Amino acid sequence: MAENVLRLEDITMQFGGVVAVDNFSMEVNKGEIVALIGPNGAGKTTAFNCITGVYEPTNGRVTLHGEVIVENHPQGKMKDLYKGENNGKYTNVVSHTPDKITYREIARTFQNIRLFKALTVFDNVLIAKHMRAKHNVFSSTFRFSAKEERRMRDEALSLLEEQNLLHLKDSIASSLPYGLQRRLEIARALATEPSIILLDEPAAGMNPQETFELTSFIRQIREEYKLTVFMIEHHMDLVMKISDRIYVLDFGKMISHGTPTEVQNDQKVIDAYLGVVEDAED
Amino acid sequence: MDFFNTTLPYMLSGISVGGQYALIAIGYTMVYGILRLINFAHADVFMVSALLMVYAVSTYSVMLFLAIPLVVTLTVLLGFTIERVAYKPLRNAPRMSVMVSAIGVSYLLQNLALYITGGLNKNYPTIPWLSDSITVFGAMTKRVTVVTPFLTIALVIVLVMLIQRTKIGTAMRAVAKDFETSQLMGIKINSVISMTFIIGTFLAGIGSILYFTNYPGVTPQAGAMPGLKAFVAAVFGGIGSVPGAVLGGFTIGICESLIKGMDSILVSVGILKEPLELATFSDAFTFVLLIVILVFKPTGLLGEKISDKV
Amino acid sequence: MENKKTQNITTVVGIVFLLLLVIVLEQIISPTSTMAMLLTVTKKSAIYAVVAVSMNLLNGFTGLFSLGQAGFMLMGAYTYAIFTIPRAERDAVYYYYDQAMELSFPEVFGNALGSVGFLLGVLLAIILGGLVAAAVAYVIGFPVLRLKSDYLAIATLGFAEIIRALFQWTKLGPITNGANPLKNYVRLNSFKIEMGDTTIGLSTFTTLLFATICIGIMVMLINSSYGRAFKAIREDEVAAEAMGINLYKHKQIAFCISCFFAGVGGAMLAMFANTVQANNFKSNMTFEILLIVVLGGIGSVSGSCIGAVLFVFAAEWWLRGLDSGKWLFINAPGVLRNGFRLVVFSVGIMIVILFFRRGIMGDKELPYYAKRIRDRFIINKPKAGEKENG
Repeated sequence: MAENVLRLEDITMQFGGVVAVDNFSMEVNKGEIVALIGPNGAGKTTAFNCITGVYEPTNGRVTLHGEVIVENHPQGKMKDLYKGENNGKYTNVVSHTPDKITYREIARTFQNIRLFKALTVFDNVLIAKHMRAKHNVFSSTFRFSAKEERRMRDEALSLLEEQNLLHLKDSIASSLPYGLQRRLEIARALATEPSIILLDEPAAGMNPQETFELTSFIRQIREEYKLTVFMIEHHMDLVMKISDRIYVLDFGKMISHGTPTEVQNDQKVIDAYLGVVEDAED
Repeated sequence: MDFFNTTLPYMLSGISVGGQYALIAIGYTMVYGILRLINFAHADVFMVSALLMVYAVSTYSVMLFLAIPLVVTLTVLLGFTIERVAYKPLRNAPRMSVMVSAIGVSYLLQNLALYITGGLNKNYPTIPWLSDSITVFGAMTKRVTVVTPFLTIALVIVLVMLIQRTKIGTAMRAVAKDFETSQLMGIKINSVISMTFIIGTFLAGIGSILYFTNYPGVTPQAGAMPGLKAFVAAVFGGIGSVPGAVLGGFTIGICESLIKGMDSILVSVGILKEPLELATFSDAFTFVLLIVILVFKPTGLLGEKISDKV
Repeated sequence: MENKKTQNITTVVGIVFLLLLVIVLEQIISPTSTMAMLLTVTKKSAIYAVVAVSMNLLNGFTGLFSLGQAGFMLMGAYTYAIFTIPRAERDAVYYYYDQAMELSFPEVFGNALGSVGFLLGVLLAIILGGLVAAAVAYVIGFPVLRLKSDYLAIATLGFAEIIRALFQWTKLGPITNGANPLKNYVRLNSFKIEMGDTTIGLSTFTTLLFATICIGIMVMLINSSYGRAFKAIREDEVAAEAMGINLYKHKQIAFCISCFFAGVGGAMLAMFANTVQANNFKSNMTFEILLIVVLGGIGSVSGSCIGAVLFVFAAEWWLRGLDSGKWLFINAPGVLRNGFRLVVFSVGIMIVILFFRRGIMGDKELPYYAKRIRDRFIINKPKAGEKENG
């Protein structure tokens, strides 16, 4: 049995009366590439946000390397509003700000690229090194931690070199072409030294050639940085080619999971994507 | 009875000044609702309006019944011009640039007033009926104190009808909800924004007449404090909401006035033996209220919730 | 890397030269000549530069739009004044109150260590002024720093007003002297060396030196890893958080440091002026500083310095004639009377705001422009080949 890296248990996210993610449980094992797919508005990014601390799920638990990083149950006004299941199963409340989650070795990218636009490529990566550096504001200002600073710079440089971005290190991030911005965003995420990386639609806006290159790129970083990859993606060829396992969300509910072939042949998935003539009741 | 007699005058002046704050606050809240801009110059428009009255009546001896509409018209014109000259060119600039521009206009208006008045305190003309002294429950006050709240409420009702019932009002609500989409829907945003400024400065002009009738004089700095407080009133009530601004205006006016009298009120009830000089904090209290409301309900009492998407 | 080193050396040499120049000028210019104004405005602009850079640290580099600068300057100024009024003068200053403080740092240290001790005492009082401001910033940061852009601006503005009221409260009179001014504390003109008949005045030099140190520290902060984290927050809070930067902690650090230097600036302003009075620290002062920052360019330290110099020189010196009937070749006593200077000045500022939105320097620093000018004029140097990688 493979080692469990990330585990979601009964995650429900309800905004007011709207249930965006409904009782979603899943797990990602060490070294796997797992994809989360589903039609637009299925709650995929919301699930990501629940893991990374941007949102606090209404109910459920997230475990990373066996440590509970997120746990919640309906409280206050939500007690009456709650429409999900497993109410009462969880009693603890564990909640971290996104930076604390990143510190626990989860890195992420964003659906609509969020680089530090006005800063250079080098600074973008260097900033991600800030978190793990041993310094404080005084030692950093007065250059007592110059050694640490040099280490950060060297590591950032070698990371840029590995990602073939070194020649662009002094360019302003927003001036890069789209594909390279995606690449930089991944490089920046890698700089936080993660053990698992969450990619939110890494191929969005890429042409077929770039998408094709992305396939080998994701495999390559998994090998080089001993990563586990969990990604949201719409490009089916990419997903089917690269994923070890796939989870399918529709209207917040998990409707299918399994290997690419299993999912591909699941009638429920086909219905969700192509639409199905439903009875008058709905 | 002692308590009632001590409190009443403060309560009265609180309601009155609250109504005046409300009138200024509407200008802030409507502009913020549409442009997301804290219009720092609004307070100075309010001050300039008072100076216009001073010069119209004292220097150029315009008859009062003509001076009032004239001054209000000029005030509106000023508000309209400021928007066209200082804010419109920055429509696509970052929000901070527009705010800085507003601060710049405020600085300019104050310096202009300083130059023209020579920094002297100008006596505000006496407006016959409004300035008359009357007695309310045994407390002496000017008639304006009693008139203000009623006039404020009447104006606000008209304004709310305008926003809810008319075409331009609907356009205003649409622009406040979504600037870009309403532009795409064919709403002429520039005329909507101008209209907002016209309404805002009109009310500030009226507010200025009411406010300065109760105060001895006008200085270039005279607008700053009431302006800031009116803005706090707008935030307190929920920025973007007209009823909220009114609610905020009255709350802040009354609180401020009660704090001015807090020492004598507390002494009269017997809680305090000697005064604590709390009146120093009558201005500061407004800001304490502001920070408290921002921490516990950042959108204000009647404001709508806005969330950003990740 | 090599380039950066030369850059740093050039900067240091430039500053040392400037300081030496000031020492010389200070001895040459007689206090009664018209050029004496040069020294006065130099001092004031150095002080404003410190405060402007401190504001830029928040508004320009961290993206926190704070308008509380005047309040923090007030705290610095009061703290400094309270701890430097000599004992003998206290009864005259606190005329209406029984003063609670009897401690004067320069006096205590001066008695023990002579003139070095005096200097130490003054320094201590300045730093204490900054620390008080920073400590208060730390406390109010808890509620205020969670607010978004405009709300933060208005809350800090309001906070400055609260501070101003508090310092005027009669119940605090024994410490703050209520609404009355504090005076007779150690001022800038105490900085001089007396040798027999000749005095070497050092007040301008000292101001400039202090300002240089303060701005230098802020520049070092901005160029450090923490400075980069601040910029990341300015660029995108969500992404910064996802990169492991604790938003609240870093905002708090930026806020406290900015307020520390605002406090130090306030203390220096107190040394520059004759008196300290809460009513001089109104929101207008904050707005002036903000205009300096905008004038120089948001996000540029050298811009803030240049902005401060232009602002103070223009407002206090170059445009003086506009107030007194005669300016350059224009002679029109009717129009050019008191206050006209500020009108012209504010029109100028509006022009910058509307038409030169990025200010003088944009978000670039002086060396960037120096390099561009050099590149333009020295084209045929063999170095050009190396550039491709740089």
